[in-house]
Amino acid sequence: MALKGLIGKKIGMTQVFSEDGTVTPVTVLECGPCPITQVRTAENDGYTAVQLGFGADRKAKRTSKALLGHLAKSGTGPMRVLKEFRVDDIDGLEVGSTVGVDLFEGMDKVRVTGTSKGRGFAGLMKRYNFGGGKATHGSHHHRRAGTIGMCATPSRVFKGHPMAGRYGGKQITVRNLEIVRIDKENNLILVKGAVPGAKNGFVLVQAN
Amino acid sequence: MNILDTIRHEGLREDVPDFGVGDTVKVQVRVREGEKTRLQLFEGVVIDRKGSASEACFTVRKISSGVAVERVFPLHSPNVASIEVSRRGKVRRARLNYLRGLAGKKARIKERVDHKDRTSQAKH
Repeated sequence: MALKGLIGKKIGMTQVFSEDGTVTPVTVLECGPCPITQVRTAENDGYTAVQLGFGADRKAKRTSKALLGHLAKSGTGPMRVLKEFRVDDIDGLEVGSTVGVDLFEGMDKVRVTGTSKGRGFAGLMKRYNFGGGKATHGSHHHRRAGTIGMCATPSRVFKGHPMAGRYGGKQITVRNLEIVRIDKENNLILVKGAVPGAKNGFVLVQAN
Repeated sequence: MNILDTIRHEGLREDVPDFGVGDTVKVQVRVREGEKTRLQLFEGVVIDRKGSASEACFTVRKISSGVAVERVFPLHSPNVASIEVSRRGKVRRARLNYLRGLAGKKARIKERVDHKDRTSQAKH
């Protein structure tokens, strides 16, 4: 298994026309070029993987000296994200070289991992798509939960029962996203449909 | 221009005539029938224009054998073969949704006369 993952940034959504006139909703992802900052070998680390970097707009004075020293080994400046990708075969993957979106050429589907938009402390209607109560006729039950269980038996609330709480801001992976276009010149991937997270959020794009 | 806008402005049609809400337009639509494609005319009043760049759309309303038909066309779709303005309309709204409640003579739109043309006519 060669390297089949990249770190990227969500740019935003739009739509593109195909030749027969069908419209495809797409998310634009700016991926790489990611420098290989470290190679994990079976002798040294007990497993094989590569560490990729992304986001060269980080300031050196905001980066710890330990991280700067680590990145200096691969000849790269400060990076916003570093991420390891497991690979079976590390041949040809050298520290300091870069990988780009041409990695995904020939693939038709990818999985994209991102951090979903944080919604704070959210009620049940937003968080679990509950129906809520009546809005009018003096119900006083507008966005409330309703029942959360039975009576004397079991006289407790079951574990994992949906209730209000923190929603979003979690890592989410969407699989089987179709690749619509790969733009090697501008390091862009257009995938069909939505991708978790806000614009400018970091995402991992991996082979399906 | 940012990255997203460059993608949104790719492959836009350049033959878009200057038309707006209230104008009557003739839209030639490519219709696919099995293997063949042919052109179908859809003529009516533009009651809405929305979106920008590749997402731009316009809505055309016409009365077809007594039944009102509205169609939303993506402005830059390859299926829209051509757009031709057949009449300019004078309207004071951005969206002509009020036409839906009107019929017959009440649903008429005044023709817009370009001011420059009028002054040149007065001279002669």
